[in-house]
Amino acid sequence: MTPPFILEIAFVILILAIAVGTLVARAAFTAVLLFMIYGLLIAIAWIRLSAVDVALTEAAIGGGLTGMLLLGAVARLRESEGSGEEPGLPTLLAAGTFCVLVSAALGTLVLSRPEVAPSLAPAVMDNLAQSALGNPVAAVLFVFRAFDTLLEKVVLLLALIGVWSLAPDRVWGGVPGLRLYAEPSSILVFLAQLLPPIGIMIGIYMFWTGASYPGGAFQGGTVLAAMWLLVMIARLQPVPAISLRCVRLLLVVGPVIFVAIGLLGFVFAGAFLAYPPDYAKPLIVIAEATLTLSIGVTLGLLVAGPPDRMQQP
Amino acid sequence: MNSIALFAYCGAAMVGLGLFGLITKPQVLRKILAFNVLGTGVFLLFGVIARRGAAAGLHSDPVPQALVITGIVVAFSATTMAVVLLLRLYAETGEATIDSDDPPSTGTDGGR
Amino acid sequence: MTLTLNIFTIVAVSAGSFFFMAGTIGLLRFPDTMTRLHALTKVDNLGLGLIVFGLLPQAEGLLGALKLLCVWIFVQLSGAIVSQLVAQLARRDGEQR
Repeated sequence: MTPPFILEIAFVILILAIAVGTLVARAAFTAVLLFMIYGLLIAIAWIRLSAVDVALTEAAIGGGLTGMLLLGAVARLRESEGSGEEPGLPTLLAAGTFCVLVSAALGTLVLSRPEVAPSLAPAVMDNLAQSALGNPVAAVLFVFRAFDTLLEKVVLLLALIGVWSLAPDRVWGGVPGLRLYAEPSSILVFLAQLLPPIGIMIGIYMFWTGASYPGGAFQGGTVLAAMWLLVMIARLQPVPAISLRCVRLLLVVGPVIFVAIGLLGFVFAGAFLAYPPDYAKPLIVIAEATLTLSIGVTLGLLVAGPPDRMQQP
Repeated sequence: MNSIALFAYCGAAMVGLGLFGLITKPQVLRKILAFNVLGTGVFLLFGVIARRGAAAGLHSDPVPQALVITGIVVAFSATTMAVVLLLRLYAETGEATIDSDDPPSTGTDGGR
Repeated sequence: MTLTLNIFTIVAVSAGSFFFMAGTIGLLRFPDTMTRLHALTKVDNLGLGLIVFGLLPQAEGLLGALKLLCVWIFVQLSGAIVSQLVAQLARRDGEQR
């Protein structure tokens, strides 16, 4: 029971307490705030598990963007608070027993034999030199399991199309109904003028350094999306209509270039998404750069939501 | 019990809490929050598996880490779709809850 | 030399944690929004500043130290701006009541 372990126990108890608070809070606003705190605490838990790339992604997407999305939803649903009937005691007891059983089963299964867990780390480290990257997680994401990353980007695009398709037909192609700050006070405008240049630099740095150190395209793209959302909320830039050609071009440039590089792999290296040995690093950097840009635009538009008015000509 | 086991129990508890909230809360927004808690618990269990697979000079197996990064992004897209569906449900029927008994009645015939 | 640096780190981080606790107690115990905002500024400024100051000897090189200082500056910036926004809203809500 060393002091660091006692601190970890306290930390886990805090995480569980905040999770319980998220679920039992009476006001939806309180629940969403507790959820954002919970996301940031989970990011620290990831650092304790020695997974720094995952911690960056969780802090950016899980804590930041999801919280912003849910806060917008809470603001729109304010009139319907407190409605809905809570289930009766038998349902609660049955659900509670079921959940306790699931938790216990998962806990024992994850920690069960074998004592030396099977691991793919040696295989990754053996082939890391071939991939010309220094960060093993980036190598897995963009070289060894690049197909998963390509499909993940396509899933993001499909979710965006799904969000757009929920708009009424008459405003298809219109401007997303992002909740702009009602009174553009000078303080928010000041922040939206000061922070985005620094934020864009940090986002590009996070993508660039992801080749050798923790970071990567998704983390950098999320920071870019956050800066764009800040500029739109402070009304420094108008929310773009979804029918604009440059918006759609930026959305697809990432996946298209990634697929093109993959098809080039047929010609030069014999398999889809295989990289020719000498050109691996430049190709990966090009794919990651366009992917970062696309991810930034996609995540920003996902939070902005479906269109709800036509663009004023 | 060491640090890895502690986080495994934490992840399993989060899965249980999220599942309980998903089943019992009638408001859809609370269900979405509980679903996210459930998802984070599952990812934390992945993280424990990755941490147990520490080998070859790394402190954590990178393949489950990459899977979790993909999972976080996909969970976020699912959450956005769920939130937009919820807002549309609220705009069409005026209710933001899902009761198990009666289906919500649409105000119009589903048209625009 | 390393021992002195480690002791400096422990002392500075503990002092920073003390200000974190003081600010949190202020957040929980003060009566209204404005006073709570005032308590929270202690956390951002002094608390995080002392922790960053204490971690500077443990940073890797000049670049790592500069990154730590940037973290502190950005937290102060966003904390100040958010405090202003919350205070504006609180004052407006207070006048309407």
